[in-house]
Amino acid sequence: MNKTVNQKAWFFVIPVFVLVAFNAIIPLMTVVNYAFQETFGNNQFMWEGTRWFKQILVSERFHAALGRQVLFTLIILVIQIPLGIFIALNMPKEGIGVPICLVLMSMPLLIPWNVVGAMWNIFALPDIGFLGHSLNAMGFDYNFTQQSGDAWFTTILMDVWHWTSLVVLLSYAGLRSIQPAYYQAAEIDGATRWAVFRHIELPKMKKVLTIAILLRFMDSFMIYTEPFVLTGGGPGNATAFLSIDLVKMALGQFDLGPAAAMSLIYFFIVLTVCWVFYNLMMRNESKS
Amino acid sequence: MSKITLQDLSHSYLQSQNKDEDWAIRNVNIDWQDGGAYALLGPSGCGKTTLLNIISGLINPTKGKILFNNVDITKKNPVERNIAQIFQFPVIYDTMTVFENLAFPLRNRQIPEDEINNKVNEIAEMLELTSTLNNRASGLTADGKQKISLGRGLARSDVNVIMFDEPLTVIDPHLKWILRSKLKELHQKIKRTMIYVTHDQTEALTFADQVVVMHDGQIVQTGTPVELFEKPKHTFVGHFIGSPGMNILSCQINNGSVAINGTRIETSNSKIGISNFSKIELGIRPEFISFDKKGLPVKILNVSNTGKNKIIETESDGGKIKLIIKAGEKVPEGSAFLTFKKDYTYVYGDDWIVEK
Amino acid sequence: MSLELKGIEKKIGEETHIYSTDLKFEKNTINVLLGSTLAGKTTLMQIMAGLDKPTKGEIWFNDQNVTGVKVQKRNVSMVYQQFINYPNFTVKQNIASPLKITGIDNQEIDQRVSKVADLLKLTPMLDKKPNELSGGQQQRTALARALVKDSDLILLDEPLANLDFKLREELREELPKLFKDRDCIVVYATTEPSDALLIGGYTATLLEGKVIQHGKTLEVYNKPNNLDSAKVFSDPPMNIANINKKGEICSLLADNVTWKTNLNLRDGNYKVGIRPHNITTYKEGKNSIEISGKVLISELSGSESMIHFTNGDLNWVSLSEGIHQKDVGEETKLFMNSDEFLYFDNNDRLVGNV
Repeated sequence: MNKTVNQKAWFFVIPVFVLVAFNAIIPLMTVVNYAFQETFGNNQFMWEGTRWFKQILVSERFHAALGRQVLFTLIILVIQIPLGIFIALNMPKEGIGVPICLVLMSMPLLIPWNVVGAMWNIFALPDIGFLGHSLNAMGFDYNFTQQSGDAWFTTILMDVWHWTSLVVLLSYAGLRSIQPAYYQAAEIDGATRWAVFRHIELPKMKKVLTIAILLRFMDSFMIYTEPFVLTGGGPGNATAFLSIDLVKMALGQFDLGPAAAMSLIYFFIVLTVCWVFYNLMMRNESKS
Repeated sequence: MSKITLQDLSHSYLQSQNKDEDWAIRNVNIDWQDGGAYALLGPSGCGKTTLLNIISGLINPTKGKILFNNVDITKKNPVERNIAQIFQFPVIYDTMTVFENLAFPLRNRQIPEDEINNKVNEIAEMLELTSTLNNRASGLTADGKQKISLGRGLARSDVNVIMFDEPLTVIDPHLKWILRSKLKELHQKIKRTMIYVTHDQTEALTFADQVVVMHDGQIVQTGTPVELFEKPKHTFVGHFIGSPGMNILSCQINNGSVAINGTRIETSNSKIGISNFSKIELGIRPEFISFDKKGLPVKILNVSNTGKNKIIETESDGGKIKLIIKAGEKVPEGSAFLTFKKDYTYVYGDDWIVEK
Repeated sequence: MSLELKGIEKKIGEETHIYSTDLKFEKNTINVLLGSTLAGKTTLMQIMAGLDKPTKGEIWFNDQNVTGVKVQKRNVSMVYQQFINYPNFTVKQNIASPLKITGIDNQEIDQRVSKVADLLKLTPMLDKKPNELSGGQQQRTALARALVKDSDLILLDEPLANLDFKLREELREELPKLFKDRDCIVVYATTEPSDALLIGGYTATLLEGKVIQHGKTLEVYNKPNNLDSAKVFSDPPMNIANINKKGEICSLLADNVTWKTNLNLRDGNYKVGIRPHNITTYKEGKNSIEISGKVLISELSGSESMIHFTNGDLNWVSLSEGIHQKDVGEETKLFMNSDEFLYFDNNDRLVGNV
């Protein structure tokens, strides 16, 4: 038998493997290392077992941050998914409008996270920012650096502005793949606009929507840069989402052990939710 | 149910029209009686789908009128026209059961639920879908799905016309036969006006009482399947209908009689008087040719077998000639002579049959 | 040159897509894989091409085991049901594309392209892009791409399925001629029995992942090994009825139709397969048998009449030459040509066809 399977392709994988090892696997191992030990500097370590995990799991601070994080992600999803679908449904289907809309839609996605944060910070400043100034001029008492409600409002508005386009683009792609015969048949069947959406468009968009939800969940659950630049987690801890709180704990207070344990728990939550979501998605897939 | 009239219909997808090719369909006039089975037959790009969409109201014609029962409905939308259409790919609502799919057009029209129940059960019975009524429609095979699309059209008892746009494209051959005769059977049972659009001559000819053959946006012939087969008015019809199509041979006219390189050919219409045409041709179907001891000399090129028949390709002085004989019959070797049945041999001038 | 599949099997997860298959294709032959959708035609072709690996078994080409060899290393061409061409290349560039990567000099490429284009009647369209062409021309371009590079193995996966009836007829007639003087093995997958007959060569009938029969096309058609093969290779569907044989008398179980046979078979129950064109409104053959039935529907195609009728508890299909209009529900008499009957035993194996 003269089997000539070419194994050279594996060489091409080596750079990626090295890269991933340096920026993911090795740091992760360090984190795991810290999570089970106590250190006082000088490279002195003491075995702590699961103490940090227990401490984090019962700590009110962690519960509060997790609560804020879940609330934030939920609000983001509830706003962005329907809004994204709505915009996609109303986008032009042919003509010069298509490229214009697509470019406009993809613009926010191209701006780096920290720039988005900085932009919104200036935009929302109550004294000189356009948004902050206008709101105050209209008689609202708006100050996102002082009032936690305003901070939340601004953070959510920023995220909606930044990321709804992703949902729009995915939904639009899903909508475009529907054959015209479906619309024609529905028209002939006398279907209402709502029925067309409910029974044709939504089912056909299901696949891209699950991907959109999954992506938006992951991104929003791990959000860091934008709120860090915008509010720095404040006022107080009002917008200190999990990742911001984690960095505060690790670098602000230098509680490396608990912070490491927290990041592992955090990692575990994201992984679990994604896994559950992925399985639900796959199960629906095989049913149809 | 209704009678359908198309008056001087023309349609163009362009803003301005300067030449004939700018029109997708040109000067179409059709009268379809209530309850008939009709077919629009032609190759892709001949305008048959455009015509269908004009009838269903999905396209507004550039010129002309559409009348249902002598009432002008040109400006009405598809819902107001009250028609049903079955598309090339089965259109089903994935989220619904088979029952809900069939009930959908009725529910949209606010028909009482018990009436819907009766109607859906009746339709399901007719289409042999009863056992699947409570299943998700998305789980069905292609032919099952196509039956649902059909069922949605049949469910409404007041539709003016049911239209089929190449409905058997995605169906496996052995199921095609079954679904096709099912359609025909349904038509005979419910006697609604049905229009069937296809490029497949077998489907068109077996389904319809009247077939409209389209070519380059125009109607070239309307007739019963037998008329189209036995007396094609245009060489395109001769070529397009029949498998293989009609043999179109170049010929000469000598003193009012037709000949191919000196061999005289009797035709059914040569006596009528042949005036000045730029092109004169002879048309004869493969079914009406046989081997003989004398006649037109040909060379045998190729023999293929269809199971029940043999198709023989030959070369004559007038061009290639195909003929069909029974599978059991012997094919002469090398060269042979052919004779044509006079009653089915026609002279064509500039592609149209020569008539008075 | 030959292509041989030895005990090829393909499983995806728990599901078997191809059951253990042995097939041998010889040099300069066209081989039709005939079967309905999901019979395994495409899977089998992808294994032959090296696009997919079999779970078990070996593929031998020219007495060499090529089982693990990648498609790039085999000299294979493939044409699909969809018209697959490079959209931004002209027809000429499309046809030349398989040669460009081989390093043949441009003059030779030009020569070969124009020769193939001529063969496929594409010469007037050489400078057009695929989307300016009709479906038939697009598929011709795809075929030209497959032909231009002198492949050892050319795989055609339902190449005519997306074409109009007339274009299909035209290209189908040309196909066997295209391959006539080529040193290669052609495999052609189709769902249409008429395609197989008209293309000729050899045919393998497939059903649910199994090759049922492989042989010369007309032999497979005239002498199907078993009932499945007969059903796959019958269009319109074959009529199948249960019969009883006692001495030299056969009778339909569901009706009192009887006929004589000189088949050398033990007495007992059998099945008979009758192709629709062997039931006609007129007598044909020396031993024609009368059968009566109630007309379900009659379909006229201009030159032929297809009459569906019931007899006993069976639905029958008959196909006669000429125009024979029958009304629904009408009692009618038809004639079966018993010379063409196929007899099957209780295990569905062919036991006689006289």
